[in-house]
Amino acid sequence: MKVWWLGLAACLGLQAQGSSLVFRGARLIPVSGPEVPEGTLVVEGGKIRAAGAASGIQVPPGARVIDVRGKTIMPGLVDTHSHIGAPAGADASAPIQPDVRILDSLNVRAASLQKARSGGLTTVNIMPGSGHLLSGQTLYLKLREGKTVEDLLIQLPGGRVAGGMKMANGTNSRRAAPFPGTRGKSAALVREQFIKAQEYRAKLQQAGEDESKKPPRDLRMEGLVEVLDGQRVVHFHTHRHDDILTVLRLRQEFGFKLVLQHVSDAWLVAPEIARAGVASSLVLLDSPGGKIEAKDINFGNAAALERAGARFGFHTDDSVTDSRLFLRIAALAVRAGCSRQKALEGLTLAGAEMLELQDRIGSLAPGKDADFVILSGDPFSVYTHVEQTWVEGRKVFDRADPKDRLYQTGGYGASHDEADHSELHGEAEAGR
Amino acid sequence: MKAWLLWGALALPAAAQLAVRGDSVYTMDGPPLRDGVVLIRDGKIERAGAAREVAIPAGYRTLRARVVTPGLIDAHATVGLSGWLNQPHDQEHVDRSAPVQPELRAIDAYDPRERLVEYLRGFGITTVHTGHGPGALVSGQTMVVKTAGRTVEEAVVVPEAMIMVTLGGQGLESGAKAPGTRGKAAAMLRGELIRAQEYAGKREKAEAGKEPARDLRLDVLARVLRGELPLLVTAHKAYDIMTALRLQKEFGFRLVLDGAAESYLVLDAVKAAGVPVIIHPAMLRTWGEAENLSRETAATLKAAGIPLAMQSGFESYVPKTRVVLFEAAIAVKHGLRFEDALAALTIDAARILGVDRRLGSLAAGKDADLALYDGDPFEYATHCTGVVINGQVVSDTPR
Repeated sequence: MKVWWLGLAACLGLQAQGSSLVFRGARLIPVSGPEVPEGTLVVEGGKIRAAGAASGIQVPPGARVIDVRGKTIMPGLVDTHSHIGAPAGADASAPIQPDVRILDSLNVRAASLQKARSGGLTTVNIMPGSGHLLSGQTLYLKLREGKTVEDLLIQLPGGRVAGGMKMANGTNSRRAAPFPGTRGKSAALVREQFIKAQEYRAKLQQAGEDESKKPPRDLRMEGLVEVLDGQRVVHFHTHRHDDILTVLRLRQEFGFKLVLQHVSDAWLVAPEIARAGVASSLVLLDSPGGKIEAKDINFGNAAALERAGARFGFHTDDSVTDSRLFLRIAALAVRAGCSRQKALEGLTLAGAEMLELQDRIGSLAPGKDADFVILSGDPFSVYTHVEQTWVEGRKVFDRADPKDRLYQTGGYGASHDEADHSELHGEAEAGR
Repeated sequence: MKAWLLWGALALPAAAQLAVRGDSVYTMDGPPLRDGVVLIRDGKIERAGAAREVAIPAGYRTLRARVVTPGLIDAHATVGLSGWLNQPHDQEHVDRSAPVQPELRAIDAYDPRERLVEYLRGFGITTVHTGHGPGALVSGQTMVVKTAGRTVEEAVVVPEAMIMVTLGGQGLESGAKAPGTRGKAAAMLRGELIRAQEYAGKREKAEAGKEPARDLRLDVLARVLRGELPLLVTAHKAYDIMTALRLQKEFGFRLVLDGAAESYLVLDAVKAAGVPVIIHPAMLRTWGEAENLSRETAATLKAAGIPLAMQSGFESYVPKTRVVLFEAAIAVKHGLRFEDALAALTIDAARILGVDRRLGSLAAGKDADLALYDGDPFEYATHCTGVVINGQVVSDTPR
């Protein structure tokens, strides 16, 4: 009886996800396998149940069939470096702040999230800025419809919330003391803190289960211990060729998991990056310069890493580039010689791997989350629009809906956050 | 004499005689040519026509491309003044010592060897309208230059093109400096123009030798009042656009609207005023006064019959310059017709800048500025495969 009730509750709660949805007739780009000209995608319970040629797929009885002939379906885009939702991490009090969480600063009602959905993004790594050597804990979010940040979190086995750690070197983090004034000092400060964290971790290990022997809790050290233990990937902002090598050196010394972020000079040190076996998350800018470290950035970074055999993907760094044009970044990489397949992976599966979520997202494979994008045409054509974005079997963007379309094209009010003053004003009046 | 002429002809670089053959040639001087040929002689367009009708004379070097267009025109940039590295030493687009400085000439501040000039050229941009940028009430002059030339003298097409005015927040000063508000900014601008009216009147009426002393600033504004130099007014908010139109009505100067993010809100007024619009970059960040920009505005303005050109504008960070071709592509993505976008990048821009007798189309007698592409120029993965300026191949590296 109890079991039956539980089952019913689950059915009611997941009604929208429980029934099957079948998308029929679209060209499927699974990314993990060959493209299917007129394929079928079956979604059930928020997961992909099947994706492939129509002939090999049985449509479940009672399924809602959606005709998507002429469209293209690819996995939801994974943005490995974004600043949507007005995240505010570390403050100006210290250069290294591993205790600070983006979780505690995010406005998920910001227009920037809806714009990101309109660009086909379904998973984002939201990061604090690069004005610190270490600016805080990043957050991997699913762009589900939600009113609180909790609605968008990715829960990991063991109760942790998915996220990484943001670090930076080069010029952005150079300021008046206590911030570093030189590159040498930057690396020294980072090494000093990692060594402290190693010692803190050793004390914890020696204490074992004996609470009385444990060192007092230290939130900053706990954040770094998660990095040393491989529970948090370090997303390391780095531009200049020698700064990139400094990051590789630090990783060698402390053994943390690493994704290189931006990597503007990747084309100069691609073999070294490949040899280190480290993934790079690239942003492509419409012109070089604007800051000294980006003076040599070019569209060829992806192709250079591909030739060297290094893993890479893309990011928007929104608002440095616009989430609504994330597909364009990969297309520009193709313009400069990156293969189409690697460019597609760079928007999806490669990003999923960088966030260690490749078992759940990044391709149209059975069992994965039903995160996908319906496009009007080829992903790398300027004429293509994102028509719909789906997260875990629910539609979160529809270009046919005028309200959604406003976010995609821009226009009056498209940049107003949902919880802007007019709404707060209304709530205040209602309360009076 | 004859020998001198001969010597002159021989002194021309060997590639001066050039033929460009394209699967599609958009001359912007008639319908596009399928399998077209453009003949170039001594730096000018000699003739453009269908390949079956235009024979390529012996001795002409022939370039081939899928798509050929006139060299693209960036109708408003700061490139060459606002430099690549974005350090104080290479930023020349705004001087902050005074809010009204129409006497600042762009030709005195332009670096023709700036890396970003060469960068833009590689994508087929052969002409830029550049100079002092938005950021002060009247920041200075603009000019029209080709993206080739070792000196500004070699590059320049129009040394004094327009006077740069910024209405709205970007043109305001902070602290106790004026203008601190929109009302003050408009009052100051009116005051300057009235002073220029009086100055010009006195100089005209004065007996020879008794003219008022020359005032560089008022000299320039008097030329604005005479209709010789348009005001290029950057305004994004609808009410700032209306202020620009109001001032234009009062003083009768030639007005070119720039940016104009909210122009779609006051479309009828813009159309009635008969002013052209150099629309903001389609990918401009949706911040501050441009937060309500729509990527469909270029299409909206075109549909309303408002003269339209495209710009790279000014960027304070990365990317240091936008590429007007890429911006037009996003306007096309959002409803601007292919050929309207191409017109906005070529002949329509040339008309707005007053250089259409020399530039903007592949008509006989015009400057031989061409861009060659290996496909639809607006497609993300198409390359610019060749660039010709004044009949010289200045780039042949696919970009």
